[in-house]
Amino acid sequence: MDAAAIDRSLNRLAHEILERSPEGVALGFVGIHTRGVPLAERLAKLTQKFDPSRPVLPVGQLDISFHRDDIGRAKPAPKITDIAFDVDKEHVILVDDVFFTGRSVRAALNALVDIGRAKTVRLAVLVDRGHRQLPIRADYVGKNIPTSIEEKVEVRLSEIDANDEVIVSGGTV
Amino acid sequence: MKWTRKDFIDIQSLSREEIELVLDTAASFKKVLERPIKKVPSLRGKTVVNLFIEPSTRTRVSFELAAQNLSADVISMAAESSSFKKGETLKDTALNLQALNAEFIVIRHSAAGAAQFLAERLNAHVINAGDGAHEHPTQAMLDTFTIREKLGTLEGKHILIVGDILYSRVARSDIWSLTKLGAKVTLVGPTTLLPEHFRDMGVGVVHDLDSVLPQADVINLLRIQHERQSKAAFPSLGEYIGVYGLTRERFKKCKPDVMIMHPGPINRGVEIESDLADCGNSVILQQVTNGLAVRMAVLYLVSGGAVGGVE
Repeated sequence: MDAAAIDRSLNRLAHEILERSPEGVALGFVGIHTRGVPLAERLAKLTQKFDPSRPVLPVGQLDISFHRDDIGRAKPAPKITDIAFDVDKEHVILVDDVFFTGRSVRAALNALVDIGRAKTVRLAVLVDRGHRQLPIRADYVGKNIPTSIEEKVEVRLSEIDANDEVIVSGGTV
Repeated sequence: MKWTRKDFIDIQSLSREEIELVLDTAASFKKVLERPIKKVPSLRGKTVVNLFIEPSTRTRVSFELAAQNLSADVISMAAESSSFKKGETLKDTALNLQALNAEFIVIRHSAAGAAQFLAERLNAHVINAGDGAHEHPTQAMLDTFTIREKLGTLEGKHILIVGDILYSRVARSDIWSLTKLGAKVTLVGPTTLLPEHFRDMGVGVVHDLDSVLPQADVINLLRIQHERQSKAAFPSLGEYIGVYGLTRERFKKCKPDVMIMHPGPINRGVEIESDLADCGNSVILQQVTNGLAVRMAVLYLVSGGAVGGVE
Protein backbone atom coordinates (compact mmCIF):
# COMPACT_ATOMS: atom_id res chain seq x y z
CA MET A 1 0.00 0.00 0.00
CA ASP A 2 1.45 3.36 -0.99
CA ALA A 3 0.68 6.83 0.35
CA ALA A 4 -2.24 7.37 -2.04
CA ALA A 5 -3.82 4.04 -1.09
CA ILE A 6 -3.49 4.83 2.63
CA ASP A 7 -5.11 8.20 1.95
CA ARG A 8 -8.03 6.62 0.10
CA SER A 9 -8.56 4.10 2.89
CA LEU A 10 -8.57 6.80 5.57
CA ASN A 11 -10.98 8.95 3.53
CA ARG A 12 -13.37 6.04 3.24
CA LEU A 13 -13.02 5.20 6.94
CA ALA A 14 -13.81 8.80 7.87
CA HIS A 15 -16.95 8.75 5.67
CA GLU A 16 -18.07 5.42 7.14
CA ILE A 17 -17.57 6.69 10.67
CA LEU A 18 -19.65 9.80 9.93
CA GLU A 19 -22.36 7.76 8.22
CA ARG A 20 -22.77 5.51 11.19
CA SER A 21 -22.63 8.33 13.78
CA PRO A 22 -25.78 10.46 13.63
CA GLU A 23 -25.64 14.23 14.21
CA GLY A 24 -25.32 15.15 17.84
CA VAL A 25 -23.47 11.99 18.82
CA ALA A 26 -20.35 12.93 20.78
CA LEU A 27 -17.46 11.17 19.07
CA GLY A 28 -13.90 10.94 20.32
CA PHE A 29 -10.88 9.23 18.77
CA VAL A 30 -8.37 7.29 20.84
CA GLY A 31 -5.19 6.15 19.09
CA ILE A 32 -3.24 3.16 20.36
CA HIS A 33 0.48 3.89 20.61
CA THR A 34 2.56 4.12 18.56
CA ARG A 35 1.05 4.40 15.06
CA GLY A 36 -2.58 4.45 16.06
CA VAL A 37 -2.04 7.97 17.40
CA PRO A 38 -1.25 9.76 14.10
CA LEU A 39 -3.97 7.69 12.40
CA ALA A 40 -6.49 8.90 14.98
CA GLU A 41 -5.39 12.49 14.39
CA ARG A 42 -5.76 12.11 10.62
CA LEU A 43 -9.22 10.58 10.99
CA ALA A 44 -10.29 13.43 13.27
CA LYS A 45 -9.14 15.99 10.68
CA LEU A 46 -10.85 14.15 7.82
CA THR A 47 -14.18 13.82 9.61
CA GLN A 48 -13.99 17.53 10.37
CA LYS A 49 -13.29 18.28 6.70
CA PHE A 50 -16.16 16.13 5.41
CA ASP A 51 -18.66 17.45 7.93
CA PRO A 52 -17.67 20.96 9.11
CA SER A 53 -20.99 21.31 10.94
CA ARG A 54 -19.71 19.00 13.67
CA PRO A 55 -17.60 20.29 16.52
CA VAL A 56 -13.89 19.41 16.30
CA LEU A 57 -13.58 15.82 17.38
CA PRO A 58 -11.19 15.25 20.28
CA VAL A 59 -8.20 12.89 19.98
CA GLY A 60 -6.58 11.01 22.82
CA GLN A 61 -3.64 8.64 22.99
CA LEU A 62 -3.50 5.35 24.80
CA ASP A 63 -0.48 3.32 25.88
CA ILE A 64 -1.26 -0.32 26.57
CA SER A 65 2.10 -1.51 27.98
CA PHE A 66 0.80 -1.90 31.51
CA HIS A 67 -2.19 -3.98 30.37
CA ARG A 68 -0.38 -6.42 28.10
CA ASP A 69 -0.56 -10.17 28.75
CA ASP A 70 3.08 -10.87 27.88
CA ILE A 71 4.74 -9.69 31.08
CA GLY A 72 8.13 -11.16 31.85
CA ARG A 73 9.69 -9.90 28.63
CA ALA A 74 12.21 -7.07 28.24
CA LYS A 75 10.41 -3.78 28.48
CA PRO A 76 10.75 -0.79 26.17
CA ALA A 77 9.78 2.61 27.55
CA PRO A 78 6.01 2.96 27.68
CA LYS A 79 4.44 5.99 26.03
CA ILE A 80 2.16 8.49 27.69
CA THR A 81 -1.56 7.90 27.97
CA ASP A 82 -3.29 11.22 27.48
CA ILE A 83 -7.03 11.44 26.94
CA ALA A 84 -8.07 15.01 27.59
CA PHE A 85 -11.80 14.51 27.02
CA ASP A 86 -14.34 12.96 29.36
CA VAL A 87 -14.55 9.35 28.18
CA ASP A 88 -17.85 8.82 30.00
CA LYS A 89 -19.66 11.25 27.70
CA GLU A 90 -18.25 10.00 24.42
CA HIS A 91 -18.66 7.36 21.79
CA VAL A 92 -15.06 6.29 21.43
CA ILE A 93 -13.45 5.18 18.18
CA LEU A 94 -10.36 3.18 19.06
CA VAL A 95 -7.74 3.44 16.30
CA ASP A 96 -4.84 1.11 15.54
CA ASP A 97 -2.62 0.53 12.53
CA VAL A 98 -2.52 -3.27 12.16
CA PHE A 99 -5.22 -5.61 13.46
CA PHE A 100 -3.61 -8.98 14.07
CA THR A 101 -4.11 -11.32 17.06
CA GLY A 102 -6.53 -9.01 18.86
CA ARG A 103 -4.36 -8.96 21.98
CA SER A 104 -3.43 -5.28 21.72
CA VAL A 105 -7.08 -4.40 21.35
CA ARG A 106 -7.96 -6.53 24.38
CA ALA A 107 -5.30 -4.65 26.38
CA ALA A 108 -6.53 -1.31 25.02
CA LEU A 109 -10.11 -2.09 26.04
CA ASN A 110 -8.98 -2.88 29.57
CA ALA A 111 -6.88 0.28 29.72
CA LEU A 112 -9.81 2.33 28.43
CA VAL A 113 -12.21 0.85 31.00
CA ASP A 114 -9.85 2.01 33.75
CA ILE A 115 -10.07 5.56 32.46
CA GLY A 116 -13.83 5.78 32.12
CA ARG A 117 -17.07 4.21 30.95
CA ALA A 118 -17.42 5.23 27.32
CA LYS A 119 -20.95 5.17 25.88
CA THR A 120 -19.75 2.86 23.12
CA VAL A 121 -16.35 1.73 21.83
CA ARG A 122 -15.81 0.98 18.14
CA LEU A 123 -12.61 -0.21 16.52
CA ALA A 124 -11.08 1.33 13.40
CA VAL A 125 -7.94 -0.17 11.85
CA LEU A 126 -5.93 0.67 8.77
CA VAL A 127 -4.97 -2.93 7.99
CA ASP A 128 -6.64 -6.19 9.01
CA ARG A 129 -4.18 -9.03 8.45
CA GLY A 130 -6.23 -11.78 10.09
CA HIS A 131 -5.01 -14.49 12.53
CA ARG A 132 -7.18 -13.46 15.45
CA GLN A 133 -6.44 -15.24 18.74
CA LEU A 134 -9.33 -13.64 20.62
CA PRO A 135 -13.00 -13.11 19.77
CA ILE A 136 -12.60 -9.45 18.78
CA ARG A 137 -13.59 -7.80 15.49
CA ALA A 138 -13.08 -4.41 13.88
CA ASP A 139 -15.98 -2.06 13.02
CA TYR A 140 -14.10 -0.09 10.38
CA VAL A 141 -11.36 -1.67 8.25
CA GLY A 142 -9.17 0.31 5.84
CA LYS A 143 -7.88 -2.71 3.94
CA ASN A 144 -7.95 -6.46 4.39
CA ILE A 145 -4.54 -7.93 3.63
CA PRO A 146 -4.46 -11.74 3.85
CA THR A 147 -1.10 -12.82 5.28
CA SER A 148 0.62 -15.93 6.54
CA ILE A 149 1.40 -15.98 10.24
CA GLU A 150 5.17 -15.73 9.63
CA GLU A 151 4.90 -12.55 7.61
CA LYS A 152 5.46 -9.11 9.07
CA VAL A 153 3.15 -6.23 8.32
CA GLU A 154 4.70 -2.85 8.88
CA VAL A 155 2.83 0.43 8.67
CA ARG A 156 4.94 3.54 8.14
CA LEU A 157 3.47 6.97 8.66
CA SER A 158 5.10 10.28 7.76
CA GLU A 159 4.51 11.69 11.27
CA ILE A 160 6.90 9.06 12.70
CA ASP A 161 8.70 7.51 9.72
CA ALA A 162 10.07 8.88 6.46
CA ASN A 163 6.95 8.25 4.40
CA ASP A 164 3.47 6.69 4.22
CA GLU A 165 3.62 3.01 3.32
CA VAL A 166 2.40 -0.45 4.28
CA ILE A 167 4.92 -3.24 3.76
CA VAL A 168 4.42 -6.99 4.00
CA SER A 169 7.70 -8.84 4.35
CA GLY A 170 9.17 -12.20 5.32
CA GLY A 171 7.25 -15.47 5.28
CA THR A 172 7.27 -18.00 2.47
CA VAL A 173 4.55 -16.61 0.23
CA MET B 1 16.41 0.77 24.50
CA LYS B 2 15.01 -2.06 26.57
CA TRP B 3 15.55 -2.92 30.22
CA THR B 4 17.46 -6.19 30.56
CA ARG B 5 18.61 -6.30 34.18
CA LYS B 6 17.06 -8.71 36.65
CA ASP B 7 17.67 -6.42 39.62
CA PHE B 8 17.88 -2.77 40.54
CA ILE B 9 20.88 -2.40 42.84
CA ASP B 10 22.73 0.82 42.16
CA ILE B 11 22.98 3.87 39.93
CA GLN B 12 26.74 3.67 39.50
CA SER B 13 26.55 0.80 37.00
CA LEU B 14 23.61 2.20 35.01
CA SER B 15 24.08 3.90 31.65
CA ARG B 16 22.55 7.26 30.88
CA GLU B 17 20.08 5.47 28.57
CA GLU B 18 19.00 3.11 31.35
CA ILE B 19 18.43 6.02 33.71
CA GLU B 20 16.36 7.79 31.06
CA LEU B 21 14.35 4.61 30.47
CA VAL B 22 13.45 4.54 34.18
CA LEU B 23 12.49 8.24 34.09
CA ASP B 24 10.38 7.87 30.94
CA THR B 25 8.61 4.85 32.38
CA ALA B 26 7.97 6.74 35.60
CA ALA B 27 6.41 9.57 33.57
CA SER B 28 3.87 7.10 32.18
CA PHE B 29 3.10 5.81 35.67
CA LYS B 30 2.65 9.33 36.95
CA LYS B 31 -0.18 9.69 34.43
CA VAL B 32 -1.70 6.48 35.79
CA LEU B 33 -1.61 7.97 39.30
CA GLU B 34 -3.71 10.91 38.08
CA ARG B 35 -6.52 8.66 36.88
CA PRO B 36 -9.63 7.70 38.86
CA ILE B 37 -8.43 4.08 38.80
CA LYS B 38 -4.79 4.25 39.90
CA LYS B 39 -4.13 0.59 39.30
CA VAL B 40 -2.80 -1.31 36.32
CA PRO B 41 -2.66 -5.10 36.03
CA SER B 42 1.03 -5.41 35.07
CA LEU B 43 2.12 -7.50 38.07
CA ARG B 44 -1.14 -9.33 38.74
CA GLY B 45 -0.53 -12.62 40.54
CA LYS B 46 3.05 -11.67 41.51
CA THR B 47 4.28 -11.29 45.07
CA VAL B 48 6.48 -8.49 46.34
CA VAL B 49 8.14 -8.81 49.74
CA ASN B 50 9.48 -5.71 51.45
CA LEU B 51 12.34 -6.82 53.67
CA PHE B 52 13.16 -3.83 55.82
CA ILE B 53 15.98 -4.70 58.20
CA GLU B 54 16.43 -1.02 58.94
CA PRO B 55 13.52 1.24 59.91
CA SER B 56 11.76 3.32 57.29
CA THR B 57 8.26 4.66 56.84
CA ARG B 58 8.30 6.67 53.66
CA THR B 59 10.22 4.27 51.45
CA ARG B 60 8.40 1.20 52.76
CA VAL B 61 4.94 2.70 52.30
CA SER B 62 5.97 3.99 48.89
CA PHE B 63 7.09 0.53 47.76
CA GLU B 64 3.93 -1.05 49.21
CA LEU B 65 1.68 1.33 47.32
CA ALA B 66 3.76 1.02 44.17
CA ALA B 67 3.40 -2.78 44.26
CA GLN B 68 -0.32 -2.53 44.97
CA ASN B 69 -0.84 -0.07 42.12
CA LEU B 70 0.71 -2.68 39.83
CA SER B 71 -1.79 -5.26 41.20
CA ALA B 72 0.92 -7.31 42.92
CA ASP B 73 0.40 -8.89 46.32
CA VAL B 74 2.68 -7.32 48.89
CA ILE B 75 3.92 -8.16 52.36
CA SER B 76 6.23 -6.05 54.46
CA MET B 77 8.58 -7.47 57.06
CA ALA B 78 10.45 -5.53 59.68
CA ALA B 79 13.52 -6.84 61.47
CA GLU B 80 11.94 -6.73 64.91
CA SER B 81 9.10 -9.04 63.93
CA SER B 82 11.11 -11.52 61.86
CA SER B 83 13.33 -14.52 62.51
CA PHE B 84 16.39 -12.26 62.50
CA LYS B 85 15.62 -11.97 66.15
CA LYS B 86 16.14 -15.73 66.38
CA GLY B 87 19.45 -15.52 64.56
CA GLU B 88 18.47 -16.53 61.03
CA THR B 89 20.86 -15.20 58.40
CA LEU B 90 19.82 -12.77 55.69
CA LYS B 91 20.45 -15.36 53.00
CA ASP B 92 18.27 -17.98 54.71
CA THR B 93 15.44 -15.52 55.24
CA ALA B 94 15.58 -14.51 51.60
CA LEU B 95 15.73 -18.12 50.36
CA ASN B 96 12.65 -18.90 52.44
CA LEU B 97 10.83 -15.94 50.94
CA GLN B 98 11.77 -17.15 47.49
CA ALA B 99 10.56 -20.64 48.38
CA LEU B 100 7.22 -19.02 49.17
CA ASN B 101 7.20 -17.81 45.54
CA ALA B 102 8.06 -14.17 46.17
CA GLU B 103 9.08 -12.89 42.74
CA PHE B 104 10.33 -9.53 44.01
CA ILE B 105 12.34 -8.74 47.12
CA VAL B 106 12.75 -5.11 48.10
CA ILE B 107 15.50 -4.83 50.68
CA ARG B 108 16.60 -2.09 53.05
CA HIS B 109 19.63 -3.05 55.13
CA SER B 110 22.21 -1.28 57.25
CA ALA B 111 25.08 -3.11 55.53
CA ALA B 112 26.41 -1.84 52.21
CA GLY B 113 26.20 -4.57 49.57
CA ALA B 114 23.27 -6.44 51.13
CA ALA B 115 21.10 -6.06 48.01
CA GLN B 116 23.91 -7.16 45.70
CA PHE B 117 24.53 -10.16 47.97
CA LEU B 118 20.92 -11.32 47.59
CA ALA B 119 20.72 -10.51 43.88
CA GLU B 120 23.62 -12.88 43.18
CA ARG B 121 22.03 -15.70 45.15
CA LEU B 122 18.34 -15.51 44.31
CA ASN B 123 16.25 -15.95 41.19
CA ALA B 124 13.86 -13.34 42.54
CA HIS B 125 14.16 -9.76 41.34
CA VAL B 126 16.01 -7.79 44.02
CA ILE B 127 15.49 -4.06 44.47
CA ASN B 128 17.74 -1.99 46.68
CA ALA B 129 15.77 0.30 48.98
CA GLY B 130 18.94 1.55 50.65
CA ASP B 131 22.02 -0.38 51.76
CA GLY B 132 24.10 1.23 54.50
CA ALA B 133 25.96 4.28 53.26
CA HIS B 134 26.34 2.76 49.78
CA GLU B 135 23.33 3.64 47.58
CA HIS B 136 19.64 4.45 47.64
CA PRO B 137 18.93 4.19 43.91
CA THR B 138 15.16 4.76 43.87
CA GLN B 139 15.64 7.99 45.86
CA ALA B 140 18.12 9.20 43.24
CA MET B 141 15.66 8.32 40.49
CA LEU B 142 12.87 10.28 42.13
CA ASP B 143 15.15 13.27 42.78
CA THR B 144 16.31 13.22 39.17
CA PHE B 145 12.74 12.76 37.94
CA THR B 146 11.53 15.72 40.01
CA ILE B 147 14.26 18.02 38.68
CA ARG B 148 13.77 16.92 35.09
CA GLU B 149 10.01 17.39 35.42
CA LYS B 150 10.41 20.97 36.68
CA LEU B 151 13.39 22.16 34.65
CA GLY B 152 12.94 20.04 31.52
CA THR B 153 16.54 18.84 31.53
CA LEU B 154 19.47 18.18 33.84
CA GLU B 155 22.02 19.32 31.27
CA GLY B 156 24.06 22.22 32.66
CA LYS B 157 21.91 22.70 35.76
CA HIS B 158 23.77 23.51 38.96
CA ILE B 159 22.69 21.35 41.85
CA LEU B 160 23.87 21.72 45.44
CA ILE B 161 23.77 18.76 47.79
CA VAL B 162 24.10 20.12 51.30
CA GLY B 163 24.81 18.53 54.66
CA ASP B 164 25.67 15.04 55.82
CA ILE B 165 27.39 13.69 52.70
CA LEU B 166 29.75 11.19 54.33
CA TYR B 167 27.03 8.96 55.73
CA SER B 168 24.54 9.58 52.94
CA ARG B 169 23.62 6.85 50.46
CA VAL B 170 21.21 9.37 48.94
CA ALA B 171 24.11 11.70 48.14
CA ARG B 172 26.09 8.90 46.46
CA SER B 173 23.19 7.74 44.30
CA ASP B 174 22.21 11.33 43.48
CA ILE B 175 25.75 12.20 42.41
CA TRP B 176 25.89 9.26 39.98
CA SER B 177 22.49 9.94 38.52
CA LEU B 178 22.71 13.73 38.22
CA THR B 179 26.22 13.79 36.74
CA LYS B 180 25.40 11.03 34.24
CA LEU B 181 22.61 13.24 32.94
CA GLY B 182 24.92 16.23 32.56
CA ALA B 183 24.19 18.27 35.69
CA LYS B 184 26.88 20.20 37.55
CA VAL B 185 26.89 18.97 41.14
CA THR B 186 28.48 20.75 44.09
CA LEU B 187 28.62 19.16 47.53
CA VAL B 188 28.47 21.46 50.53
CA GLY B 189 29.13 20.55 54.15
CA PRO B 190 31.55 20.66 57.06
CA THR B 191 34.91 18.94 56.46
CA THR B 192 33.96 16.29 59.03
CA LEU B 193 30.96 15.25 56.92
CA LEU B 194 32.43 15.96 53.50
CA PRO B 195 35.88 14.52 52.83
CA GLU B 196 37.90 15.76 49.87
CA HIS B 197 37.90 12.38 48.10
CA PHE B 198 34.35 13.03 46.86
CA ARG B 199 36.00 15.14 44.14
CA ASP B 200 36.94 11.82 42.49
CA MET B 201 33.25 11.37 41.64
CA GLY B 202 33.44 14.40 39.34
CA VAL B 203 31.74 16.92 41.61
CA GLY B 204 32.72 20.14 43.34
CA VAL B 205 33.44 20.14 47.08
CA VAL B 206 32.76 23.37 48.96
CA HIS B 207 32.63 24.16 52.68
CA ASP B 208 31.08 27.61 52.45
CA LEU B 209 27.37 27.45 51.57
CA ASP B 210 26.95 31.21 51.12
CA SER B 211 29.56 31.33 48.34
CA VAL B 212 27.64 28.95 46.04
CA LEU B 213 23.99 29.72 46.88
CA PRO B 214 23.48 32.45 44.23
CA GLN B 215 24.41 30.09 41.34
CA ALA B 216 22.24 27.18 42.39
CA ASP B 217 19.27 26.00 40.33
CA VAL B 218 18.47 23.28 42.86
CA ILE B 219 19.32 22.89 46.54
CA ASN B 220 19.01 19.35 47.87
CA LEU B 221 19.24 19.36 51.66
CA LEU B 222 20.17 16.10 53.34
CA ARG B 223 19.10 15.03 56.77
CA ILE B 224 21.66 14.97 59.55
CA GLN B 225 21.84 11.24 60.31
CA HIS B 226 22.46 11.12 64.03
CA GLU B 227 22.05 7.33 63.95
CA ARG B 228 25.08 6.79 61.73
CA GLN B 229 27.47 9.14 63.53
CA SER B 230 29.61 7.57 66.18
CA LYS B 231 31.31 10.79 67.15
CA ALA B 232 30.11 14.36 66.92
CA ALA B 233 30.80 15.80 63.45
CA PHE B 234 30.03 19.36 64.49
CA PRO B 235 30.05 21.13 67.85
CA SER B 236 26.31 21.74 68.19
CA LEU B 237 23.13 21.83 66.15
CA GLY B 238 23.01 25.59 66.64
CA GLU B 239 26.42 25.88 65.05
CA TYR B 240 25.39 23.67 62.13
CA ILE B 241 22.28 25.77 61.46
CA GLY B 242 24.39 28.92 61.61
CA VAL B 243 26.67 27.70 58.82
CA TYR B 244 24.66 25.18 56.74
CA GLY B 245 20.98 25.60 57.60
CA LEU B 246 18.78 27.05 54.86
CA THR B 247 17.41 30.09 56.65
CA ARG B 248 15.21 32.98 55.39
CA GLU B 249 18.34 35.13 55.29
CA ARG B 250 20.17 32.66 53.05
CA PHE B 251 17.09 32.06 50.90
CA LYS B 252 17.21 35.74 49.87
CA LYS B 253 20.58 35.15 48.22
CA CYS B 254 19.20 32.37 46.01
CA LYS B 255 17.79 32.63 42.50
CA PRO B 256 14.10 33.50 42.87
CA ASP B 257 13.00 30.23 41.23
CA VAL B 258 15.47 27.96 43.04
CA MET B 259 14.10 24.45 43.73
CA ILE B 260 14.31 23.26 47.33
CA MET B 261 14.48 19.50 47.82
CA HIS B 262 14.78 17.20 50.82
CA PRO B 263 14.60 13.40 50.84
CA GLY B 264 12.86 13.41 54.23
CA PRO B 265 12.34 12.97 57.06
CA ILE B 266 12.96 16.69 57.67
CA ASN B 267 14.46 17.96 60.88
CA ARG B 268 12.47 21.20 60.79
CA GLY B 269 14.58 24.10 61.97
CA VAL B 270 17.85 22.22 61.35
CA GLU B 271 18.52 21.62 57.63
CA ILE B 272 15.81 24.08 56.70
CA GLU B 273 13.78 26.79 58.42
CA SER B 274 10.32 25.42 58.93
CA ASP B 275 8.27 27.74 56.71
CA LEU B 276 10.76 27.44 53.83
CA ALA B 277 9.96 23.73 53.69
CA ASP B 278 6.35 24.68 52.89
CA CYS B 279 7.01 27.60 50.50
CA GLY B 280 6.39 27.64 46.76
CA ASN B 281 10.00 26.79 45.93
CA SER B 282 9.82 23.58 47.91
CA VAL B 283 9.12 20.39 45.95
CA ILE B 284 9.48 18.14 48.99
CA LEU B 285 5.97 16.68 48.75
CA GLN B 286 6.14 16.37 44.96
CA GLN B 287 9.23 14.25 45.56
CA VAL B 288 7.11 11.86 47.60
CA THR B 289 4.47 11.54 44.86
CA ASN B 290 7.14 11.07 42.22
CA GLY B 291 8.73 8.40 44.39
CA LEU B 292 5.63 6.31 43.93
CA ALA B 293 5.75 6.63 40.13
CA VAL B 294 9.48 5.85 40.09
CA ARG B 295 9.08 2.74 42.23
CA MET B 296 6.25 1.49 40.03
CA ALA B 297 8.56 1.99 37.06
CA VAL B 298 11.39 0.06 38.69
CA LEU B 299 9.18 -2.90 39.69
CA TYR B 300 7.64 -2.92 36.23
CA LEU B 301 10.97 -2.77 34.39
CA VAL B 302 12.80 -5.44 36.36
CA SER B 303 9.86 -7.81 35.89
CA GLY B 304 10.91 -7.98 32.24
CA GLY B 305 14.61 -8.42 32.98
CA ALA B 306 16.17 -11.82 32.45
CA VAL B 307 16.18 -14.07 35.51
CA GLY B 308 19.45 -15.71 36.47
CA GLY B 309 21.71 -12.68 36.72
CA VAL B 310 22.02 -12.28 32.95
CA GLU B 311 22.53 -8.73 31.81
